[in-house]
This record gives sequence, structure tokens and C-alpha cells, in this order.
Amino acid sequence: MTTNAPLIDIRNVVKHFGSVIALSGVSLTVNRGEVMCLLGDNGAGKSTLIKTLAGVHQPTSGEFLVDGRHVTFTSPRDALDAGIATVYQDLAMIPLMSVTRNFFMGREPVKGMWPFRYVDFDHCNEVTQEEMHKIGIDVRDPNQAVGTLSGGERQCVAIARAVYFGAKVLILDEPTSALGVAQTSMVLKYIHQVRQKGLGVIFITHNVRHAYAVGDRFTVLNRGKTLGTYAKSEIQIDELQNLMAGGKELQVLSSDLGGMV
Amino acid sequence: MVDVSQPTAPMTSPVGGVSARPARDERLKEASFVTKAMRRPELGALAGLVLVTIFFLSTADPSMFTLAGLMNILSPAAQLGILAIAAAMLMIGGEFDLSIGSMVAFAGLVFGSFVIITDWPLLLAIPATLIVAGLLGGVNGQIVIRTKLPSFIVTLAFLFILRGLSLVGLKWATGGSTQMRGIGAEAGESYVREIFSGVAFEGVFSWLAAQDLIAKFPNGMPTVTGVPVSIIWFVVFAAAATWILLRTRVGNWIFAAGGDPNAARNSGVPVDRVKTGLFMLTACAAALVAILTVLDAGSTDARRGFQKEFEAIIAAVIGGCLLTGGYGSAIGAFFGAIIFGMVSIGLTYTRFDSDWFQVFLGAMLLLAVLFNNFIRRKVTGER
Repeated sequence: MTTNAPLIDIRNVVKHFGSVIALSGVSLTVNRGEVMCLLGDNGAGKSTLIKTLAGVHQPTSGEFLVDGRHVTFTSPRDALDAGIATVYQDLAMIPLMSVTRNFFMGREPVKGMWPFRYVDFDHCNEVTQEEMHKIGIDVRDPNQAVGTLSGGERQCVAIARAVYFGAKVLILDEPTSALGVAQTSMVLKYIHQVRQKGLGVIFITHNVRHAYAVGDRFTVLNRGKTLGTYAKSEIQIDELQNLMAGGKELQVLSSDLGGMV
Repeated sequence: MVDVSQPTAPMTSPVGGVSARPARDERLKEASFVTKAMRRPELGALAGLVLVTIFFLSTADPSMFTLAGLMNILSPAAQLGILAIAAAMLMIGGEFDLSIGSMVAFAGLVFGSFVIITDWPLLLAIPATLIVAGLLGGVNGQIVIRTKLPSFIVTLAFLFILRGLSLVGLKWATGGSTQMRGIGAEAGESYVREIFSGVAFEGVFSWLAAQDLIAKFPNGMPTVTGVPVSIIWFVVFAAAATWILLRTRVGNWIFAAGGDPNAARNSGVPVDRVKTGLFMLTACAAALVAILTVLDAGSTDARRGFQKEFEAIIAAVIGGCLLTGGYGSAIGAFFGAIIFGMVSIGLTYTRFDSDWFQVFLGAMLLLAVLFNNFIRRKVTGER
């Protein structure tokens, strides 16, 4: 194991969809115990980038290293096996299914001999209850439907699931964008907790405040390119905002609206 | 979105502390009793069955609830039920199959041809019929998955294709008739046949009659000689399907595939394989019903299974399946099918015109859909 190498190291990744150039040379690293924020406005290429990292898309060219080793993912399963788990904003949980069934979805532990192999749901319920307790979500009954949880709780369950199943890198796709203030702080708190466990986190957002609250480093993406990566000590929140919005316009707008953007 | 002027979550507090969020949980607690009771999708069907039973107990001739009467109710319920349970599993998996009724006719033709034309023994003809049906189901599934068209439309096409093929095939095989006779005679008697036709537990019933525990004819023979095997198949299939849905990994995948295929795929669930498997299962269930009925009647015809696809889907919906998938139960479809059998046969025991059946059917469906919708909102906490 090359422990000094970054968990994820991508160099000059290019992705074309036909004639559309979605990514034109993106480089990014994520280390252990670090929250790397990926910022960018709509259409900057954030989604394409994370889908490439998650194995949904294959890059047109560029290098992709995990733990210092070159990898090629052909499916989301490959990425999962390499320890890269992606938590999608609204596609993480199935509301009609119970918390337990969601938690173990796709990775149900089985017991017994084929064809009588079954899932030990009692054990699953216990594990779920315990994991939920660890992150401070008091699930009264792990058999209750995920639909009864709040948006923030759902995001936390999705993250807890990824952590429980041994993810080394978490990719969080706008986990806070649909949430209220209290819910957001719950999710951000949990992201911080995950970082302390030594996982690498890629936190995608277009909300600079949310990013600045937990981020260690910030990579700004614009028009399929990285505008740069900055450590928290190197950059102020306003600069980050301007960088992300592509400069002056927002500042003008901001002063027009009395600094409310 | 207008943001707060402070960063929302200052990260000063050490981690590991359990965050307290009391207000919301209090409300959850209140609802949890009701939600818990309603979490069972089959609740509605069970309640419906109780209501229907009460209705017939008070209006129908008492002979309806004798052993013979119950067998009368359960026989059609069993044939429909086998289809309904498969349809329910497919619906939970997020798809429809409108071609199962036609598949019954087509599989009947295939089975009859294997027995009469190629002269195969049942031991060969039955698995061969199931394989042909399974492959056709797989084709259905693959078309739905690859084209991403709604299964409603794709299988509607197969409803007509298979019905038409049954007609054409029957005429071709019999030289112009839409009925194929003599299958029962050609199949002969064998252990394999015992599994698929006639009655089971004859010894038990004779013994019960000898002990005067059940009704018998003056010559000592019980009035009901045994349980029709289709009922045994029905019960076994219901139990197996329930176990698969609730206790196995595949069951979890079926719920996931129907609940949200994208989320399921992202979690590593082989959604396409699950759906294809369900289409194959549904087709095989139709073939099983074809084999059971053809062996019982000794013949097959082109109208077999006519409109059974709708009845099966209605039974599944009465059993708690949501039309949008991801929710439902096999045991609910089991009860739904029994409700069907009870009403269709039961009306003849009453003084009501038995054509009320269709009115009842529609009303029951509407009620079930409204009820299911209400339940779904309860379960998911939607407002």
C-alpha cells in the first residue's frame, strides 16, 4: 500500500459526448481525512465529473489513479469495489422501502444453503439501528419506510450506508441543495464526522457557504475546466464565490440586491 | 435560494456527540402505531375478504360454506391466483404484463402440440412448455428493458400477437378447428399427471368421511374426494412468493427495482436481470395455469385465459400492489384471488343476479386503488 499517495488522483480527464466537450482536462486529488469541495455553476461539468469518478461514464482520455494505482472503471460496481461510493442527491434511497431494506440494498448478507438462502433481517435491523444511533438519527423502528425520514436524515442514512460498507472515498452530489438550514447543518456535521474517520470526501455543491463550512480544499470547475484548487487558508469565501460565478457579474448583482446573493 | 448570512454549521463542537432533534420524532411517535398497522400491504385484501365473507354468510345459501362449496370457490380462485401472484411480483418490480391471458391460450396450444403432435410424454412436454413460455416472457422483458418503452404497451402488443398465434396455430394443428381435443387421453395416466391434474389427499378425505367428519354419499364415498391440485399449487406458490419477497435478497431487489430503478442500480442491484426474470416468471405462471386447466379439461381452445390479465392485475391491486411499483405483497394477491372466486361463485348461491359480478369487480378495484393510495401516503409520509 502506498499510503502517501492521494486516495484519488485524476489527471487531465477529458470527456466528450459526441461533439459536446463536457470535460476538457480536469485534474483533482483527494487525500485521506480531507473534504475536497467541488464547486461550479450549472453546466460546469460537475455531474459529468462525478459520474466519471463513479464509473457511470468512461473518460475519453486522461489518467485515473486510486491509491496510486491506475484504474479503469467500466461500471458503477467497479467503482464501489474500489471503495468509491457516490451518494446522489435524490437517487439515494427508495422511499417506499424500510430503512433496513434501503441500508442493505444490493449488499444483503445471506444465510443458509441455496435455494433456501435467505436474508437475516433481524440482524440487518440491529445493524441499521446501531448505525443510525451512531449518527444520531433515532429510528424508532428500522422497518419504517424511508419516506417517513426527513431529507437530511435520508442523506445521512445514505452516507452511513456507504461508510458501513467500507467506502474509502465518498462522493456527495449536492447533499444539501434541497435541505433547510437545520437539515443542512445535520448533514454537514456528519460529513465532518466522516472526515475524522479518515475517509476522503468529494463534496459537490454550488453553495459556497456550505462548502466553506466543511471544506479543506476547494476546486472550482468552469466550462469543463478546473479554474484552480485552493486550500482553505489561501482563499476567502467571497473570492471563492466570485471565482465560481465567473467573475464580475455576480458582484454587480450582489450589490444591486444589497448583498443578499 | 436566499442564504443565511452566517455559515450554517459552525464546526466547533467535537464529533461523536449524538445530535438531539426532539421535535420531529415526537410527531413520528404519534403516527407510528397507525403506520405500523398499515405497513402490511395485504391489510386491505384481508379486510375485503372478511367483508365479503360476512356478506355471503348473511345472504347466501348455507351450502356455499360447506366443504364442497369451498372447493367450488377455491378452484377458480386458484387458477386466477397463480396468475395474480406472478402479476403482483411483476408489479412490485415496476412492470405490467398484459399478455398473461393470451399466454395461457398460447401455452395451452404449445403444450397440446407437444403431447399430441410430437407425442412427447408429460415429463418432457411440461418442462418444454414452461421453457417456451419462459423464453417468450424473456423476450417481453428484454424489449421493455432495451427500448425503455412502458411495459403496458409492449405487452399489450403481445396480448394480441399471442392470442392471434393461438388461433392460427390451433387451426393449423387441428386442420381448421379452434379447439384441440384429446390431450387428456393422449397424456395418459402417470405420476407426473397426478401432480398436475385431479385431486390430492384422497386418502385423508376417505378417512375423514369414514370417521363421519365430512359429508359423504350414502355409499360411504366423501362428497369431496380431495383437494384439487390447482389449489395446492396456488397455496404453495403463494407461500414461496411471499418468502421470496420478504425474506430473500432477490425479494429485496424486486422491491428496489420497482421502487426506484435508478437508486437500485446505483446501489448495485441488477435491475434488468430482476425484471427479465419476473417477466419470465409471469409467463411460466401462465403456462402452469394452461397445463393445469388443459389436463383437467382434456382439451384446449383459443379463448382460454381470455381477459385473465385484467383479473390478475385487479387481484394484485386488491392485494395491495401499487400501480407505480415498489409496493405490494404476494399474500395480498392470494387473498385478492380468493375474493374473486368467492364473489364470482358466491353470487350463484344468492338470489342476486350473478351479472352483478362485474359491477362488484369494478367497485372493488376502485376502492382498492383509493385505499392503496391512502396507505402509500401514510407509509411514505407524503402530504
